[in-house]
Amino acid sequence: MPEGLVYTGIPSAAELAACPGIPSRERTAKGRVAVIECVQEIPCNPCERVCKRGAIKIGERITELPRLDGGLCTGCGVCVALCPGLAITVVDKTYSATEASIDFPYEFLPLPQKGGLVEACGRAGERVCTGRVLAVKKTAAYAGTAVVSIAVPVEFADDVRTMRVLRATEK
Amino acid sequence: MRNVAAEVAVIGAGPAGLCAAYQARSAGADVLLIDENKLPGGQLFKQIHKFFGSGEHQAGVRGFDIAKALLTRVAESGVRVKLDSLVYGIQPDKSMGLLDAEENCLLRAEKVVIAAGAKENYTPFAGSTLPGVIGAGAAQTMIHINRVLPGKRVVMVGAGNVGLIVSYQLLQAGAEVAAVVEAAPRIGGYGVHAAKIRRAGVPIYVGHTISRAYGGTDGGGDCGAGAGGVEHVEIVRLDENWRPVAGSEFTLDADTVCLAVGLSPMTELIWMAGCRFEYIPAFGGHVPLHDHNMETTVGGLYVAGDVTGVEEASTAMEEGGLAGVAAAEALGYLSASAAARKKAEIAARLNSLREGPFGDARRAAKEKQLAAMARFCSCEAERGAV
Repeated sequence: MPEGLVYTGIPSAAELAACPGIPSRERTAKGRVAVIECVQEIPCNPCERVCKRGAIKIGERITELPRLDGGLCTGCGVCVALCPGLAITVVDKTYSATEASIDFPYEFLPLPQKGGLVEACGRAGERVCTGRVLAVKKTAAYAGTAVVSIAVPVEFADDVRTMRVLRATEK
Repeated sequence: MRNVAAEVAVIGAGPAGLCAAYQARSAGADVLLIDENKLPGGQLFKQIHKFFGSGEHQAGVRGFDIAKALLTRVAESGVRVKLDSLVYGIQPDKSMGLLDAEENCLLRAEKVVIAAGAKENYTPFAGSTLPGVIGAGAAQTMIHINRVLPGKRVVMVGAGNVGLIVSYQLLQAGAEVAAVVEAAPRIGGYGVHAAKIRRAGVPIYVGHTISRAYGGTDGGGDCGAGAGGVEHVEIVRLDENWRPVAGSEFTLDADTVCLAVGLSPMTELIWMAGCRFEYIPAFGGHVPLHDHNMETTVGGLYVAGDVTGVEEASTAMEEGGLAGVAAAEALGYLSASAAARKKAEIAARLNSLREGPFGDARRAAKEKQLAAMARFCSCEAERGAV
């Protein structure tokens, strides 16, 4: 089975390594930053428009991949809710001594509760670890998409990209 | 027979028809917009995802919100709208048969825009006539218009954008999606749509197809399809020649099979009017020739949206706008320079939607269609000269 987004629906390690929307290791070590896993040239540029700091560049040709300027990105997270492809997360590997925080878009009900525990999942929907919900934001400007922030052990920061709500019996 | 008249008749109130009607009306033309459905908006109200494109294409806005805004603009502009009304025939002189509230009418318009959209394709397999086998579009209609879940556990056939998007919508509506199967060796739709359903735990099998759907018990268990419906779905791997590999079959439990195996333009009226066609597989089959004004080989008959070749709602809206501007110009409501300016703006937006690896095939197909029209026109001119 060949690897890659068009075969599996999961961006491969090679695709992510070559992706201009992924911040450098040095930038990630400094704290909150957007991680734009946009590896396929589709006509789309809302992320560039909503970034007030100019940290995301696409340019005239809207099929170009978004390029992240890690120096300008503050990890504010406006792009997370507004990316139509739900391809952006904000990762903070400095959240605490042992934990990272992951902010990701979430469009299912029920929404998790702040302080609750959820199943933190990876790009294939597989369970990675347990996550603790730090915040759930759903403003009018997000147009129906919620942004959920969860804390996970820092070693899983590159693997966790979404969550599943635990059923009562699983808690 | 009652007569109905308009300067511009627009057939189909989906994204293309709404934009055509709005542009022609706001230039000053008297516009009648007709749709056989009880509600306008076409497929837009079933598109609950955020649109792609750029700000000018309303990127980031959900389809149903785009529809609401469009309907408001159309209503405020003074377009006359007839819903639950069917244009069932058209003559080469563009006179049309219209069923208006069950009454048979003769509809005449100086300019006609046909924006009839597309219909879903079907694929046969053992058990494909069982209750529970439905089109992906039907699933969307059930979820978003009728608020009914078509089934509890679904197998989606086809990993183009429709299959991927509807899978996600089924998950959001509370169904389980057991798998997406795609006969081609790769996912055809946008990777981001595929990634969304993968993160939600749905497996995608490329190079696989459905070989059989079957029930077993008369009662159909507690499955949505009811008695005698689908209970199991057999999947088989395909070799590089698209032939099933013996022994590779596996079975999934499911009460619903959704078919998302492509769309075909709804060209019946356009054929009837006597327009010339070209066969362009990338556009879903036979598509009418048209020029840069969206005008067909029958003068005064325009086309827009999926009926000109299956693309998506954003391009449909732009093509509709082009047709509306061109019709208004031809009626004398817009000067050549004002119309040229509007058309150039729309054309630039259209071009940016046909870029990149996903746009290349559609751009090439559109160029082929326009070139065929140009050939037809030069032949006609020569014939006229002789």
